[in-house]
Amino acid sequence: MSTAQLVSSLEKEDRTQPGYTDEGLHELSFIRKYVFSTDHKTIAKQFLFLSLFFLVVGGALAGMMRWQLGFPGQPLPGGGVFPDTMAPGGIILPEFYNSLVTMHGTIMIFFAIMPLLVGVFGNLLIPLQLGAPDMAFPRLNMASFWLAVVAGTVMMASFLVEGGAAGAGWTSYAPLSTSGEWTGVYLGQQLWLVSLIIMGASSLTGAVNYITTVINMRAPGMTWFRIPLPTWSLFITAILILLAIPILTGGLIMLLFDQLIGTTFFIPAGSGEPLLWQHIFWFFGHPEVYILILPAMGIVSEVLSCRARKPIFGYHAMVLAMVSIAFLGWVVWGHHMFQSGMNPMLGTSFMISTVVIAVPSAIKTFNWLGTLWRGDIHFDTPMLHALSFVSMFIIGGLSGIFMAAPAVDIYLHDTYFIVAHLHYVLFGGSLFGIFAGITFWFPKMFGRMMGEGLGKVHFWLTFIFYNLVFFPMHNLGIQGMMRRLYDPNEYEFLQPLQEMSTFISISAFLLVGTQSLFAFNFFWSMFRGRQAPANPWNSNTLEWTVPSPPPHGNFAVMPTVYRGPYEYSSPEVDADFYPQDRPPPGAGPGGQAAPEPTPGPAPTPEPVAGD
Amino acid sequence: MNWSWMMPETVSTYGPAIDQLYYVILVITGVVFFLTEGALIAFLVMYRHKEGRKAAYIHGSTKAEVVWTVVPFLIVMAIALASKSSWDLVKNPANFPADAMRLVVTAKQFEWNVTYPGADGRIGTADDFTVRNQLHIPVNRAVRVNLRAEDVIHSFFLPEFRLKQDAIPGREIPVWFEATRTGEFTLGCAELCGLGHYRMKGTVYVHTEADFQSWAASRAEEQQQ
Ligand code: HEM
Ligand SMILES: [Cu+2]
Ligand SMILES: [Cu+2]
Repeated sequence: MSTAQLVSSLEKEDRTQPGYTDEGLHELSFIRKYVFSTDHKTIAKQFLFLSLFFLVVGGALAGMMRWQLGFPGQPLPGGGVFPDTMAPGGIILPEFYNSLVTMHGTIMIFFAIMPLLVGVFGNLLIPLQLGAPDMAFPRLNMASFWLAVVAGTVMMASFLVEGGAAGAGWTSYAPLSTSGEWTGVYLGQQLWLVSLIIMGASSLTGAVNYITTVINMRAPGMTWFRIPLPTWSLFITAILILLAIPILTGGLIMLLFDQLIGTTFFIPAGSGEPLLWQHIFWFFGHPEVYILILPAMGIVSEVLSCRARKPIFGYHAMVLAMVSIAFLGWVVWGHHMFQSGMNPMLGTSFMISTVVIAVPSAIKTFNWLGTLWRGDIHFDTPMLHALSFVSMFIIGGLSGIFMAAPAVDIYLHDTYFIVAHLHYVLFGGSLFGIFAGITFWFPKMFGRMMGEGLGKVHFWLTFIFYNLVFFPMHNLGIQGMMRRLYDPNEYEFLQPLQEMSTFISISAFLLVGTQSLFAFNFFWSMFRGRQAPANPWNSNTLEWTVPSPPPHGNFAVMPTVYRGPYEYSSPEVDADFYPQDRPPPGAGPGGQAAPEPTPGPAPTPEPVAGD
Repeated sequence: MNWSWMMPETVSTYGPAIDQLYYVILVITGVVFFLTEGALIAFLVMYRHKEGRKAAYIHGSTKAEVVWTVVPFLIVMAIALASKSSWDLVKNPANFPADAMRLVVTAKQFEWNVTYPGADGRIGTADDFTVRNQLHIPVNRAVRVNLRAEDVIHSFFLPEFRLKQDAIPGREIPVWFEATRTGEFTLGCAELCGLGHYRMKGTVYVHTEADFQSWAASRAEEQQQ
């Protein structure tokens, strides 16, 4: 093949070329279209189904844990299906309880929240909001999904092996996690490690794709500060993933070696260092918690601005706050280790960095309030979830301040106060953000509207039961109840708290049950929902300029961007929104007014019709 | 049900300082909580959609950004600095009372073994004696415990004393505390350490000085036999 031929054949596949679309080029087989698809929208849906499945699994595990905590030692209804190694006669064993704790945390964080935010919204929104036909590397994108499937399968399989699933906590502290001698779990722990290594590869392939796409594939006029906040947040998240996941993977491999081939990285008997694992884990782990919240912040910013019909307050401050979180997030990991035996002077340094990182979170909160101020607020389901995000994130952020003070953390560390904190940020924050995102972009994904009435009922019940479950956990923590206890009643001073634990458990069952309303609404709307117009929310961003659902290749004509994404209620137009691609008045047809030049390597400022 | 945000009773010398810090944070975060959530609810009511209403076309305010960056920064820094002295007092070995009674606590799945120095007052000699899941100490005297772990990480938790410290195999980590009243209190494990984690507990017995001496003497005698 001559060089010229090679170049031209590469160009044909080069989706970074503006206007590239392969729509109509070839009829795709069913398998290529729905199974091994390279279309970012299909992959987003695949991630959606996968991670909703894991959300259900994680919820079921939590339900079983809450059964044991609410009704300690009583047979789990329907628990007869479990083998005697887990729950003889339906009574959950301590070792099974530890597996439930571990797998609930692991599955929720790595297989539900993370793929929901990054896999679903990263895939769906980045190309659409940038005006790109697809991701930069569609095949890598497909690989990312299928790696996640493999990882999930391995994780689920670990329940079935002898010794059961991993039981050392989602944090897998060494040396507990280094040998089955301490937990009775051998193969299960190894599968846990292998699964997370594969999942890491999935996240990494996703991350390089998102980063490349954002840098290279913005439509003409889509300058950095015209990028919608969800895409900004996903871009920053992808950078965090790219930098943080390899650290975790390195640690996981070392732990696997300790298990399998006799190394002693974390085993003191072989002059290893248990704290090394904690440093590695939390050096990854704290950036990870921001990976789990930044995309939700982006989604919520979008929904708040659109449904309050008002420009986002402090767009630049919002971006800068996320960027500073991304930097500061690397120097606070020690706040998970205040009581670990780390030098107390180091504790003081981590205290300072930790309270500083609370500031950008506060800035974001105030800007959200500023966005609502003097708005024209529409209380649709996505908006309710977004508002709930703000109010719950406030609680989670404030409880963080308690533990950021190391002296107070002495008492609160490893109690239910921590459990309350992390669920206020991860359920109250991330998951409500996800609900906001799903209900907001459902019409774009599936071409149909989600049921509003049922959506609102689901929202209110979830909001109420969620708070009934997690708010009292603060009180349990203040009374000194340790986390991860199979039966707190072993401690006399915790026995008076049983009533509250039972109350929490009953609320938790109702919370889990309420999610069936969402599931019903989701599937019913997918087939029976009202046909969705292109732009049901009167939104400004580019994904709403294409049909719902968008065709393969997304944009029939490469859009040109004239303004920022949050020009709501602009005096320049009569309507209360002003889409990013609408030419300003006075510009000739087809947008002859010169758009701002695109920085970076993105070529051709001219809009090009798709071929 | 106990919905209280009050800290339970504390019986250590440094406990009240930690509780006070907790209450300071509780008040500050409480005020912020009511102000922000109040503003949120007020905005939702005041600016709910009405026919013909158009939202204000405002993109932000540099002044507001500066204020809500600087004020939270000052508040959290003040909290951090206020926290530093208690933290140093509890955890920095340089500040531990020099004349403290010395013990060794060794954690292993799923028990706490407390080693006393015996008659010679020194640990590591033949007259040491060890009791399981019982920590006997005199009131009003500082106790310095060197924490060890034999197998995995455990966490030495004395809720009423406001003390928690992980015990790590391969290391010896010192902690200290001083009881302000006699009685029986909880010793718990706060770090997941295996299937018996939930029942890895002991009791702290705080005696008067005289009672402690006679207890120690009788145990030392048992040890001799
Ligand atoms: C607003 C600022 C925040 C502060 C000051 C803060 C502070 C802390 C501190 C000090 C701890 C360790 C507590 C301990 O184990 O003793 C902690 C735990 C945790 N935080 Fe935060 N946090 C903040 C926001 C967040 C956010 C946004 C997330 C995630 C979305 C998050 C997720 C977690 C999780 C998952 C844990 C528990 C990890 C574990 O031990 O299992 N935090 N936080
Ligand atoms: Cu952290
Ligand atoms: Cu233990």
